[in-house]
Amino acid sequence: MSDTQPLAIEVHDLVTHYGERMILKGVSMDVRPGEIMVIMGGSGSGKSTLMRHLLALERPTSGNIHLLGQNVNACSAQELYELRKKMGVAFQSGALFSSMSVGENIMLPLYEHTNLDHKTMEIMVRLKLEVVNLAGFEGLMPSELSGGMIKRAAMARAIIMDPKLLFCDEPSAGLDPVVSSALDDLILRLRDAMGMSIVVVTHELESAFKIADRITVLDRGEILFVGTVDELKAAKSERIQNLLNRRAEDDDLDVDAYLERLTGEQVILNAGL
Amino acid sequence: MSEQAASGNPLTRLLERVGRGTVVGVEAIGFTCALFAEALFWLFVGWRRNQPVRMPALFEQMMDIGIYALPIVGVLSATIGMMLAIQGIYQLRQFGAESQVVVGIAFSVVREFGPLITGILVAGRSGSALAARLGTMKINQEVDALWVMGIMPVRFLVVPPLLAMVVMLPLLTFYSDLLGLFAGGLYVSADLGMSLTAYFDQVRDAITSGDLLHGITKSALFAVEIAMIGVANGASVTGGAEGVGKVTTRSVVHAISAIVITDMVFAFMATR
Repeated sequence: MSDTQPLAIEVHDLVTHYGERMILKGVSMDVRPGEIMVIMGGSGSGKSTLMRHLLALERPTSGNIHLLGQNVNACSAQELYELRKKMGVAFQSGALFSSMSVGENIMLPLYEHTNLDHKTMEIMVRLKLEVVNLAGFEGLMPSELSGGMIKRAAMARAIIMDPKLLFCDEPSAGLDPVVSSALDDLILRLRDAMGMSIVVVTHELESAFKIADRITVLDRGEILFVGTVDELKAAKSERIQNLLNRRAEDDDLDVDAYLERLTGEQVILNAGL
Repeated sequence: MSEQAASGNPLTRLLERVGRGTVVGVEAIGFTCALFAEALFWLFVGWRRNQPVRMPALFEQMMDIGIYALPIVGVLSATIGMMLAIQGIYQLRQFGAESQVVVGIAFSVVREFGPLITGILVAGRSGSALAARLGTMKINQEVDALWVMGIMPVRFLVVPPLLAMVVMLPLLTFYSDLLGLFAGGLYVSADLGMSLTAYFDQVRDAITSGDLLHGITKSALFAVEIAMIGVANGASVTGGAEGVGKVTTRSVVHAISAIVITDMVFAFMATR
C-alpha cells in the first residue's frame, strides 16, 4: 500500500435523498490503492445506498465521488463506460444471468469489451474459475449451483477483466461459516495477488475483522467511524460498542412503559411467575 | 374548499383518481417512447460505440418469437380460416351465393384475422415472457450487473427482442395468412365441391398485393407495440415475485388492447 499513489476512491460530502427522506447525510470517505475497506452498519444505515453511489448506479443530491481519479458525477457516458471496465462487482445475490451457463456469465465482460478469440476467452474463464475454486463448473447453469458457489462464480465474473477496483456486496451473507471463511480468504488472495482496491459491504463482524485494512461504520446515513480493526475495537462510542456487541440501542428499554404505550394501560409484569 | 373537504367529496375523489390515473398513463407512455428511442439509438449507433447488437442474441430471440411459435400460430390460423369458411357458407347459402365465400375468406384472413390472431398470440406468448424475464432480471440485480459491467441494458436486453419481433411477426403473419387460406380452402372444397386450384385462383383474383401489404404492415406495428410494452412493463417492476406476476399480466392486457386499437385505427386510415 502506498500513500503517494492517488486514492482509489474519494467521496466528498455525499448527500442523497429518496423523496423527502435524507439517506446519506454528508458522507466523506476514501479508499487507498490496494486496500480492503469494509463498510459496516446496521439495516437502514445507508450502506447499500452508498454502494450504489460508488457504483455510479445513482446520482447524489450533492457531493462528489472520484473513482480512480475521475469525478463520476462529471463523467460523460463514454468516460463512465471506460471507467466501468476497470471495476468489478460481486452482488449480494450473485446476479448471474440465469439464461447463461456459469462459463458464459464469466465470459460476458470479455466478449463485450475485448476482441479476444473464443479459445483465449475460454482459457481465461477457466483460470478465474480456478482462482475461486470452481474449476470444471463452467458448463453448469446458475440454478444448478449452491449459494456459496453462486457467490464465487459472481466473484469470478467480477475479476475476469482484472479490475483495479472490486466491490463485494455482502459476500458472506447467508453462507455457512466454512464457506464464508473461504470467501474471506479469496478476497485477501485477490488483494495480495492482484493488488486490487476492494470495497466490501457487510454486517458480519467476524468477516470484517478478518479482511479489513480499514473499516467505515455508517449509522443513520452518517459516518460514525473510520479506522483500523484495532482502532474500532478500542473505540469508546456507545453506538460503536452496541454494533460490536450486537446489541440493539433500546435493549435497556423500560418494558412496563413500552407495554403501557402500546396498550394505553398500566401493565405489571411479574417475572417470577 | 379545504383539502380535507375536497377529499371527502365523492366527485372530487373521482376526479382526483382520474387525474392521477391519467398522469400515470401519460408517464408510462412517455417512458415506453423514451425506451423505444433509446433502442433505435443503440440499434443504429451502437456499433460505433463498441456496443453492437450481437447476432447470436438476435437469432436466439428470432427462434423464440418466430420459429417456436409456428405450431400454435399454424393451428389457430387454420382453425380461424376454417371457421370463416363455415360461417361464410352458412350465411351466404341463404342468398344462394355460397361461391362468393372465397372473397370473404380471402379478405378477412389477409387484412384482419391473420395479423390480429398472430399479434394476439405473440403478445400472450412472447410479450409476457419478455416482461417476466426483464422484471426478474431487475429484481435479481442482473440489470444493475449489466450497468456496472459497462453493458448498456437497452442495447443488450431491448434491441434484440425488438428487432426479432419486427422481423418475425410479419413473417409469422404471412405464414398465418397462408394456413388460414389453405384451411378455409379445404372446407370450401369439401362443402362446395370446389377444387383447391379453383379456390386459390379465386383468392388470387380477390386480393391484391395491397391487401397483403395492409396486413403485413399492421403486423410490423403490432411487433413494435408488443416488444415495447413488454419491455416497459418489465423495466417498471417493483416488489418481488408478485410484482413480476403483475407486470406480466399487465403487459399482455396492454399489448392486446394496443393491438386491437391500432388495428381499428389502421383499418380506418387505410380505407379513407
